[in-house]
Amino acid sequence: MKDISYHTPDALLAAYAAGNLPHPYALVVAAHISLCVECRVSFEAHQAAGGVVLDSTEAVGVSDTLKTDIMALLDAPVISKPVHKRSGIYPGPVMEALNGKPPRWKSLGLGVRQSIIAGGADGNVRLLYIPPGQAVPDHSHNGLELTLVLQGSFSDETGCYGAGDLEVADQDLQHTPIADAGLPCICLAATDAPLRFTSLVPRMLQPLFRI
Amino acid sequence: MHVSLDIEPADRSSFLGLQKDVPKVTPPSPKISPQTLWMLAVRDQRDKAAFASLFDHFAPRLKGFIMRSGTGSGQAEEIVQDVMLTVWRKASQFDPARAQVSAWVYQIARNRQIDMIRKEGRPLPDELNENPETEPDASQIVALEQEAGHLKSALTKLAPDQREVIEKAYLGELTHQEISSQMGLPLGTIKSRIRLGLQRLRHELKDMR
Ligand SMILES: [Zn+2]
Repeated sequence: MKDISYHTPDALLAAYAAGNLPHPYALVVAAHISLCVECRVSFEAHQAAGGVVLDSTEAVGVSDTLKTDIMALLDAPVISKPVHKRSGIYPGPVMEALNGKPPRWKSLGLGVRQSIIAGGADGNVRLLYIPPGQAVPDHSHNGLELTLVLQGSFSDETGCYGAGDLEVADQDLQHTPIADAGLPCICLAATDAPLRFTSLVPRMLQPLFRI
Repeated sequence: MHVSLDIEPADRSSFLGLQKDVPKVTPPSPKISPQTLWMLAVRDQRDKAAFASLFDHFAPRLKGFIMRSGTGSGQAEEIVQDVMLTVWRKASQFDPARAQVSAWVYQIARNRQIDMIRKEGRPLPDELNENPETEPDASQIVALEQEAGHLKSALTKLAPDQREVIEKAYLGELTHQEISSQMGLPLGTIKSRIRLGLQRLRHELKDMR
């Protein structure tokens, strides 16, 4: 894999380490850390800082039975949940969201496909499959949009993003990502609100496809 | 408000000096903190007495930490119980050259608090496949603990309002927008720690591929 040029901004990493990033973003950041040594190290540095805060926290006495309760449970059998590991181009956190199964693609026309892998009140995460030369449907978004490239590459007004790169687009950015020549571009995209399409037809399709 | 936790270069030379002081023949080095030694005894020997010592150190701090976010005493103790049991069960994942014990416990505690709020739980990155032959030596562990120690003393020297911003951030009470506007990226700060970690991680990744 070529070197990663676009990384997770430090504030997002700190919020992720502290557990205060909305779920859709947390999933994309976890996937980027899985692929990127630099961001893993920064993430671990934030964990270290969190540990320092924990260590400096004033102690509060615990009840007398807590320790004996816990000691008595050490040998109790544990049912451990299976962990879904990286598979092909999909990092562990993506496989986890897919429940270990391959993505179920839905066509958006012109060879573009998507698979929504997580969604809820705080936004959604989807995989996008874009054939070379195709554009992601013209869209704007209400809040922050994070896009992690898993295969191939795309280019837009802000640069060229290859495998492992993370594009961070705020709501002011009106961009048109186009997949580059070569392998179809597969990326993981998170928004904290439904996407708004700027052209009429996709806007009508929006409720249909949950995009 | 912009907060900086930068570590003075002068401080850094001290741990280089320390590495010389680490005795060659008697691992584990006496410079390694008791918490790390207990954690290693739990990991490698499943030592319950060491676990009891970890409990005595961390349980009251964890309870204080959890209650700061507004959780009541009873529920806080339930979370402490879950966290301490996870420390015991997942001990094999502890790597003293990558995280001081408090960092590792911090992460388990935040994961647990989030899991209680959301049904999906927090997405976690892939584990690195550790190569058993890259077992860290005592000097790497000591170096990392020194970094954490520098960070801790830097934190205590901050003005109270600055310190509060950092504490709130790691208690999970600030959004990423608030972190970016209020902290002025202070944690690009643990720069020497980052460099140390990078060297080792690059090495590990080479072994993995
Ligand atoms: Zn990165």
